[in-house]
Amino acid sequence: MSSPTSTPGRRKRNRDDIPATPKSTAKGSDDGLVSPPSQRRRGQDSSNGDLRAMPTSPATDIASPAVHDTSLFSSPRLNVFSVLPSEVDMSSPLMYGTPSSRVEGTPRSGVGGTPARQRPDLGSIRKAPQVDLHSDADGAVASEQALGQKLVIWGTDVNVGTCKEKFQRFLQRFIDPTSNEDENAGLDLNEPLYMQKLEEISVVGEPVLNVNCSHVQSFDADLYRQLISYPQEVIPTFDMAVNELFFERFPDSILEHQIQVRPYNALKTRNMRSLNPEDIDQMITISGMVIRTSQLIPEMQEAFFQCQVCAFSTCVEVDRGRIAEPAVCRNCNTTHSLALIHNRSAFSDKQMIKVQESPDDMPAGQTPHTTIVYAHNDLVDKVQPGDRINITENGPIVVTKLLNSPTGIYRAVPMRENPRQSNVKSVYKTHIDVIHFRKTDEKRLHGLDEDSDQKLFTEERVQILKELASKPDVYDRLSSALAPSIYEHEDIKKGILLQLFGGTRKDFSQTGRGNFRAEVNILLCGDPGTSKSQLLQYVFNLVPRGQYTSGKGSSAVGLTAYVMKDPETKQLVLQTGALVLSDNGICCIDEFDKMSDSTRSVLHEVMEQQTLSIAKAGIICQLNARTSVLAAANPVESQWNPKKTTIENIQLPHTLLSRFDLIFLMLDPQDEAYDRRLAHHLVALYYQSEEQIEEEFLDMAVLKDYIAYARTYINPRLNEEASQALIEAYVDMRKIGSGRGMVSAYPRQLESLIRLAEAHAKVRFSDKVETIDVEEAKRLHREALKQSATDPRTGFVDISIITTGMSATARKRKEEVAQALKKMIQSKGKTPAMKYQQLFDDLRGQSEAAITKDMFEEALRALADEDYLTVTGKTVRLL
Amino acid sequence: MRMWFVCRFCCPAAQSNSNPEWEAKVLEYFKGQLREKESHSWVPSLNDVPLHYLKPNSLVKFRCLVQDMFDPEFYMGVYETVDPSTKANVLRCGKYKDVTECGVDLNSRNTVTAERQTFYCVPIPGESPTVVSACQGKNQARVVPSTSYVPSRQKRSYEEDDDDMDTQPQKQREPHTGGKFGTPHGNGDSKRQETEAPSSQTTAPSDCSSHLDLNFPLPGERGPACLVKVYEGLDSFKLNDTLEIYGILSVNPVLTVLGEEKDPSLLLLNPTESMETPEEQRAHDPPASLVPRLHMLYARPLQHNNPLLPSAPTEDQSAFVSSFLVEMASVRAELLAYLTHVLLGDGLAAEYLLLHLISNVYTRRDVLPLGKFTLNLSGCPLNSYTERLYQIVQQLVPCSYRLSMSLHTMNSMRLVPKKDYVANRLVSGALQLARNTSLFLDETQLEQGQLDSSGVRNITALGNLISWQKVDYDFSYHQMEFPCNINVLVTSEGRSLLPSDCQVPLQPQVTPPNMEEYLTTIHMAQFTSQINKFRVYLSLARTLDYSISDEVTKAVEDDFVDMRKDDPQSVTAEDLHRMLVVARLLSLSLGQTTLSRDGWMRAKHIDMLRRSRTEQQKSLNGNEP
Repeated sequence: MSSPTSTPGRRKRNRDDIPATPKSTAKGSDDGLVSPPSQRRRGQDSSNGDLRAMPTSPATDIASPAVHDTSLFSSPRLNVFSVLPSEVDMSSPLMYGTPSSRVEGTPRSGVGGTPARQRPDLGSIRKAPQVDLHSDADGAVASEQALGQKLVIWGTDVNVGTCKEKFQRFLQRFIDPTSNEDENAGLDLNEPLYMQKLEEISVVGEPVLNVNCSHVQSFDADLYRQLISYPQEVIPTFDMAVNELFFERFPDSILEHQIQVRPYNALKTRNMRSLNPEDIDQMITISGMVIRTSQLIPEMQEAFFQCQVCAFSTCVEVDRGRIAEPAVCRNCNTTHSLALIHNRSAFSDKQMIKVQESPDDMPAGQTPHTTIVYAHNDLVDKVQPGDRINITENGPIVVTKLLNSPTGIYRAVPMRENPRQSNVKSVYKTHIDVIHFRKTDEKRLHGLDEDSDQKLFTEERVQILKELASKPDVYDRLSSALAPSIYEHEDIKKGILLQLFGGTRKDFSQTGRGNFRAEVNILLCGDPGTSKSQLLQYVFNLVPRGQYTSGKGSSAVGLTAYVMKDPETKQLVLQTGALVLSDNGICCIDEFDKMSDSTRSVLHEVMEQQTLSIAKAGIICQLNARTSVLAAANPVESQWNPKKTTIENIQLPHTLLSRFDLIFLMLDPQDEAYDRRLAHHLVALYYQSEEQIEEEFLDMAVLKDYIAYARTYINPRLNEEASQALIEAYVDMRKIGSGRGMVSAYPRQLESLIRLAEAHAKVRFSDKVETIDVEEAKRLHREALKQSATDPRTGFVDISIITTGMSATARKRKEEVAQALKKMIQSKGKTPAMKYQQLFDDLRGQSEAAITKDMFEEALRALADEDYLTVTGKTVRLL
Repeated sequence: MRMWFVCRFCCPAAQSNSNPEWEAKVLEYFKGQLREKESHSWVPSLNDVPLHYLKPNSLVKFRCLVQDMFDPEFYMGVYETVDPSTKANVLRCGKYKDVTECGVDLNSRNTVTAERQTFYCVPIPGESPTVVSACQGKNQARVVPSTSYVPSRQKRSYEEDDDDMDTQPQKQREPHTGGKFGTPHGNGDSKRQETEAPSSQTTAPSDCSSHLDLNFPLPGERGPACLVKVYEGLDSFKLNDTLEIYGILSVNPVLTVLGEEKDPSLLLLNPTESMETPEEQRAHDPPASLVPRLHMLYARPLQHNNPLLPSAPTEDQSAFVSSFLVEMASVRAELLAYLTHVLLGDGLAAEYLLLHLISNVYTRRDVLPLGKFTLNLSGCPLNSYTERLYQIVQQLVPCSYRLSMSLHTMNSMRLVPKKDYVANRLVSGALQLARNTSLFLDETQLEQGQLDSSGVRNITALGNLISWQKVDYDFSYHQMEFPCNINVLVTSEGRSLLPSDCQVPLQPQVTPPNMEEYLTTIHMAQFTSQINKFRVYLSLARTLDYSISDEVTKAVEDDFVDMRKDDPQSVTAEDLHRMLVVARLLSLSLGQTTLSRDGWMRAKHIDMLRRSRTEQQKSLNGNEP
């Protein structure tokens, strides 16, 4: 309590540390019946090895505190530990362990000194069938040296000595120069990987060694096989090996408990669906989504009994979930005098977690399976159910686990003793003990997550995809594979295809600009019934993280996020809306025009900054919403009026429109050839068989994988030529307008071009953005502009329709009329006042183009603004 | 009969050897037996025989819908028991059983763990009472309290009739069948009362909370729910499949005892036990007397649940189809006349209703379901006309449900199934329906008022159902899409607020002073034989194959181009979609399996009539959107 830094450490110890070893040894020494603690500590197979390999000698510990003390002082980093013993307050009610043990046990180092911690994840359950053979194993170990390599743990082909040796060799030698795992960041790839990790452990003091099973496999296939098949035997052996190695190398290190090996990424990765009885007691990796976690369950590991008469105490270990209460006190021979002392019993933490199959790897038309998973000790509370706040985190969580022997058997045990109950249900209860959790999308919340969707592609699949990518017409192929039931609209499909791939994510936060948007936004507008919704539905079904909402049905909160009270915990939680849910995906918004203004306004931030700020009910946060928006809007007059501009037709604010990279019109082309092709297409749709369709088009699954692969692995960058081409394209766009005195391109358009070019490079699986990409981006962009930004009066493409809401020609025209009027008035000489109507008639007579009253009034207003004249009633006066 | 002792021997038979081959043999044997013509009818059905009349561990069948799929479970496939007195070890088989024999040796090395999955099955939702009684009539194995069997040959199954059909002249068959299915069997009647709700109660959307535990998709449903243990071919079953399951009935009371015995000491000793919430326990281990267990031997997917049609796709069926095709056109005319009467003399609406009733999603192109034909009958007279209309539709189709879209039901009813993670089960909703169920949405019941958020969700779900033929089940953290195939008929006053493929404003030609009476007389005027013919017709027309020849394709294309030439605004791609569906249904309704030029012209014609009527309606109503 004296030092604030030490407090958390201590509390932790109190909670999850099983009474330190040396103490109980001391305790145990006066009751001969309890087996030595080191033997009890672990699964009994390892305990044999333990006994031999690291004979725990409390005497050494006690004898050498001085040595340790000096070493401790030399290293300030270990202060926490060095403070601990002195600050242990014996009288504190928080102290449940025997005081003496803490004092003696804490300053320690070396294998013997560091307490081993029970590994409930490996399960004591297997003990049952082995109890009889325990002596065998004992004998085997004891005489191992004599008999050499022949002896193995009963029921397996694991020889403790060989296994340990092999694993130590693995740790010392394994090098993986190609490793790109995030966990190995900062390690020298050409040095033995795990030795560096051990060094890390000695520095950080976190006694857990994560071992990638694929490394083990590539190093020693046999060892890997043993690990997978007999994890309960092999992992403790690994533990032993690692601890020996560690304390040999870092003899002065002080750890909270002995290092535990946590293998992960067992290649026997299983779909939850494919688990079968053969997997029982094997090590497997499954992925899924956490749906429920229980509260912490203290599980008794060791019961502490005290005699009420003579205060003699004894410990009984849990055996198959039961504790045999000693009937007679061995000290005073009183019967039934022993009482359980909860405070001094040893408990371990346990948590039940329910994992559900992730929706991605489920066959269609079936419900997801769930599996019960138990997390132990420090794995407790590592995962959250579905994470209401980070609901975007519903990506798979890879759980390396042991499928343990079914507990249905244990349910049967008491039944046997009860003669009235003769029948038992023949069903087992199964669960999985977690050895290692791995959140695959841990990093989603912070920064880049290109590899978050760790979709595993098989070699063959990748080969197929690459083959496809190498075809020269891959772009056309893919775009025609997109929604084949929708007829033509090639460019729109191409646009959507590029949207699906997206640009390269760039980070300029160092230079203060923040993230550049990499997502492409597309707006489809057009007549009703031009299969816009169908296209949206298709896209929504194609992408893994897609959301589909309708403008009419969604409110601002439905899109962003809202705060609600969790019915279970009564806490306020943030429920995320469609935009946040589609982070890294596509948000399809139908009936965009029907959306209320307030709802639309939230899109401003999302569509450019890609974030969503929320300030509600005391929750202030900024969520990532790196989503592409695919919106569909109907014209206001239900039919597209070709005489009006896009803005006038759909009545959307130009500030929002300019955030769309591509705006397509889906109009009825109304020409005969098109009609014929359309009719043919539709009729074919109704009579062609499945197979015919399949032949013609790419499979949707291939398309899905192709996109996922490209999004994950391809990050194209602009090359020199492409940059030049882009610059030229931009300059050209600007030039077109400047000739007519208007701005025809803004930097936003340049950014769009870059994104589109990058996406096109991704389609080709190319790491470089080349000129052809830029060409296609330019073409598509021009195509979209031609459709949406053509000034109906002049027929020119005019970007200002979208950026300012009014075409430059319209603005110019207004000016011209004003000038003409001014000229006319000036030509009339010095007439201070004129009749309004007469002036209008004169102007109409003079001008070649038809001048409406509106235009005339606008011109008058413009002149009045210039302080050239004033309009009062029906007369116009010059100033 | 045969079956019963078969299943008695099948399990002990395995004891001698743990050779997996016997399992395949057992299945083979059963499948072989069931393939025999009338054997289906010897097996008592859980659907119509009350549970307490059935012998435990006997072979039963169950016509059902897979409502939920539980997690796979591991069980003792083979285990060893020790006789405490003799100490003799006996190897036993745990397959097709819930409970082990006494004295299991848990440490035996001979124990084989095997896997099976549990499906929660409910009777097909919305099954018409006539189907139920007809199935019952068809079944010859009545309640058999003892093993002695008295053949009652005077009641013959339909299959037999089919067999006879090859030799007997057509006309002989008809009165025969008609009489049989129309009149209820005195024999089964009294017993039926115990399992089946009277028809009026089935349709009434009353909320029976006491039955909610059984998780029926539709409110007010009754019948046995069943936990089916599936051993083979787990992947071939899908949620919402309709199956006829043959299996061994297990109602061992021990199951209930084990489930309920919450001995605290047990809990303490076995912490795993406490992991299951009480809700979960209740959902997964309900008392066997309420929810019997059925160990599946064999399941037959049902293409339709119309008892009047041969169920298995055999030669019988094709013979049946070809014989029926002959009279298809005449039956169609009769049915059309009948529907015209029902729709107050509106022939066009009747035509469309007929097309709607035989529509069926026959395939999907990416997201687009093809063949759906949602009909919106607008301009329906108020006060209980729609209710009567539904009763008539219900008469004709095997499965139907009327959802009265009142504000209250829309706001309070659960339409979309939702996963309950506490009980770990899928809580059903009214949209969890079997394929080809007729969903009758009565929008005339909708009044002004406010829809709350669940109401909006429900309306969206209905919209999705109509447009995409899919229901997004709510899995709390994500939604899962389940494709469906439901015929939706919307009756409304004005145009429906829901999307529809085709809207027909009803134009009554007659205005009967007393609607009730009018409809009742029409209803009563039909002979049951006639109605049965209609039923066969509707089910059959749906199953026919259909194709379009190149020649007609060309003609259709030309036609479309021509129509567009005249007025491009009037005909859109959507119209062509609809007309193609109409043409398809029209051809099928006449028993034609290819589209002819005539058929196309007819389709165009009736669509034109309908459109002009809609236009007319629009101009009448002023500015209706």
